[in-house]
Amino acid sequence: MAKRKMVLGVLTMVVLALGLGACKRNDGQSITIVGSSALQPLVEAAGEQYSNDNLGVFINVQGGGSGTGLSQIQEGAVGIGTSDLFASEKTGIKASKLVDHRVAVVGVTPVVNKKVNVKNLSISQLRQIFTGEITNWRQVGGKNLPIVIVNRAQGSGTRATFERWVMAGQPAIAAQEQDSTGMVRQIVASTPGAISYMAFSYVDKSIKPLAVDHVAPTAANVHTNRWKIWAYEHMYTHGPARGLNKRFIDYVLSNNIQNTLVKQMGYIPVRDMRVERDVNGKVTAVRGNE
Amino acid sequence: MTAKRADKIATIILDVIAGVIVLILASLLGYILVRGLPEVSWHFLTSPSKAFSSGGGIGIQLFNSFYLLLLSMLISLPLAMGAGIYLAEYSKPSFATDFVRTAIEILSSLPSVVVGLFGFLVFVLQFQIGFSILSGALTLTVFNLPLLTRNIEDALRQVDFAQREAGLALGLSRWETVLRIVIPEALPGIISGVVLSAGRVFGEAAALIYTAGQSAPALNFADWNPASISSPLSPMRPAETLAVHIWKINSEGIQPDASAVSAGASAVLILAVLLFNFAARFLGNKLHKKITAG
Amino acid sequence: MQNQNDDIRAALLRKSRSSKLERRGKFISWLCIAIIVVVVFAIFGFVAYRGLSTFFGTKVTLWNFLSKTAWAPGTTDASGVPKVGALPMIVGSFGVTLLSALLATPFAIGAAIFMTEISPRWGGKILQPVIDLLVGIPSVVYGFIGLSVVVPLIRHVFGGTGFGILAGTFVLFVMILPTVTSMTVSALRAVPRNYRQASLALGATRWQTIYKVVLRAATPGILTGIVFGMARAFGEALAVQMVIGNAALLPQNLISPASTLTSVLTSGIGNTVMGSLENNALWSLALLLLLMSLAFNLITRWIGKRGAMK
Repeated sequence: MAKRKMVLGVLTMVVLALGLGACKRNDGQSITIVGSSALQPLVEAAGEQYSNDNLGVFINVQGGGSGTGLSQIQEGAVGIGTSDLFASEKTGIKASKLVDHRVAVVGVTPVVNKKVNVKNLSISQLRQIFTGEITNWRQVGGKNLPIVIVNRAQGSGTRATFERWVMAGQPAIAAQEQDSTGMVRQIVASTPGAISYMAFSYVDKSIKPLAVDHVAPTAANVHTNRWKIWAYEHMYTHGPARGLNKRFIDYVLSNNIQNTLVKQMGYIPVRDMRVERDVNGKVTAVRGNE
Repeated sequence: MTAKRADKIATIILDVIAGVIVLILASLLGYILVRGLPEVSWHFLTSPSKAFSSGGGIGIQLFNSFYLLLLSMLISLPLAMGAGIYLAEYSKPSFATDFVRTAIEILSSLPSVVVGLFGFLVFVLQFQIGFSILSGALTLTVFNLPLLTRNIEDALRQVDFAQREAGLALGLSRWETVLRIVIPEALPGIISGVVLSAGRVFGEAAALIYTAGQSAPALNFADWNPASISSPLSPMRPAETLAVHIWKINSEGIQPDASAVSAGASAVLILAVLLFNFAARFLGNKLHKKITAG
Repeated sequence: MQNQNDDIRAALLRKSRSSKLERRGKFISWLCIAIIVVVVFAIFGFVAYRGLSTFFGTKVTLWNFLSKTAWAPGTTDASGVPKVGALPMIVGSFGVTLLSALLATPFAIGAAIFMTEISPRWGGKILQPVIDLLVGIPSVVYGFIGLSVVVPLIRHVFGGTGFGILAGTFVLFVMILPTVTSMTVSALRAVPRNYRQASLALGATRWQTIYKVVLRAATPGILTGIVFGMARAFGEALAVQMVIGNAALLPQNLISPASTLTSVLTSGIGNTVMGSLENNALWSLALLLLLMSLAFNLITRWIGKRGAMK
């Protein structure tokens, strides 16, 4: 008897909970943003501030990767999908239905273990390292130490950016792959001779960024496209942004956020860019900034 | 003489094995606690987390973990109980029973990430529950059911058959025998199974990343109306649990104190499981004494 | 008189409260089973549907999938067939699973015997909580201990990067130990007491009784425990992913970076678009994972049936 009551009780609870869920859906005071893990920290921080400024509004931020973000927004399952790539660069996405909002720029830099005594690589050396032609740091002026490549997972936005601007269409050698920047950083920091790459915002004291062709990985160099390995961070909406989605995107793009939060967290504000780059990689100078 | 010596040697080897296992756990625990406990403070346990600056806590995640555990247990325990009773008491050895058993074993060997994605596609998208505690609890139920069922079935089977015969001889129906005699007798076993699976649920991350979500919106601890979205009791809010939080700050965290927060959170997680274990064990013994009047 | 007889007759023929309860109880418990079976089928159907679409309407054949070693589903090889060779992952998965089970089994059986036969008091007081607690440690934590302790240790002792099957084996060994142990304990406890009494009465020592009688009688249960452990090892994702290195290469030795089905599955799934070939190829891995655990299961069942004491 007690057992049956328990089962009934639980069923009632579940039904009740589902019912409550149905009610909640109507108030429209929350949006969900899913996608790029590279952009996630910024969106989270902005969402936190936005909720503080507007009581009763909830910004739910989920990671999951650029692929998840794009497929979710395509199906209309979420309010905003974030991505490190242009939607048209991803197979299986009908980019025409989505509206792009570029909210920030990230630079990607090669990083090495601190014990590697190389400070600069030419872009072709970097490419040869990742294709497996150069296997020892000695070959590029360093100590006699085998190179350990740590790659990002296939399909990751950071990897796509790196491959597009460094590898020039050549496939990278099969090597270790990690699906998160934090893991890459930890592995590079602890493995002698390791090399990988990551967004500027993740670089800390435990690893060493490299200059490429004697250009240092700094925001100022990205502004002018002297540092070429960078990408836009996109927020995609299904059709033009409306309601809270629009208000939030506007908030992220506002001077207030772009000049404080975006910079503090190591991203580059879109309005600081002196150049614009389209999906085909064509670079045009931007007038009117400054 | 050789038989006796073999007996001695075997006993020593077994003692050593038991010792090694305890040693492994002790060093694991020691490592986690020594690294993590210095980070734990009242502030750390109660304040919300910070996205990119240091000084964040794990208050909301801690609450979410417990609430999610409670909800998923509320759903999975009755189901597993029923299923376990059917398998242990009613089912006859047949092809169908064999089939069901295989199905359950297969379910238990599913990688949790597959279960998580299944939950994501079915609960989050198809049923439109969204990233929420409820989606997470339902997914954890799927993840949890097979092992729990299996444990309960085993616990029930360990009850001596004479007990059942005695019940039936007293004129009780089979169902009543199960409820009044077999379950009370099997209770410590069942509790141990529940604790085992509760530990698994508490520490599960992969199945929750895509279902309960990775964000922990601020909660209003003065509002206990489950219908309000900022209420801690609302089953419809996204809820990052402690295990997911550890995973997240380790993989994508840009807080300057990420490793300290993760070490502290791991220590808290282990302590919670430890505490939970002892409580459940104590409760199981008490309950057993009360029900069996022993 | 007639009327009264009818009443008695009706009262006798009517189902008693107890028997109604019995039927309801049986129905409820049956329903629970049914729900679980439906869930299993839903997942199975769902994984199969996604996983099989890799092979329909594309140039990928099952043989390609199982025997090729290049894994890059987004790109095609010289003849235009997408590179979906899963062999490195299959070898990696089997490697870590078999090795960790091989390592964990003696420990688990030893610990279980200690708990049930040698010293139930100590076993119950110390070992049982220890085992329960080991289950409770989340895989994320295992992964990070693996990364910060096991990997550097292997690098120090054997050279190389430290990532690889050996590191995965050590982490999985600790992770599956509690599962195998607690199931072995259940199996040993299920051996009837009179078997032991009979053996001891015949003059056998405790070890002879354990080895010749108890273990033999519990063999099917122990095997099930091992399979459960292997299944857990097979399905474990986060912890293994952190220490195995995730390189889709055929492992050269135990300390070169390798990958498992789960590690590739977890690291790739968020970066692919639902419905694309890249995504479906990952689901094929999941399907393979399911089928392999099914196969494991059937084999053990067969062993269990043959080895059962008649």
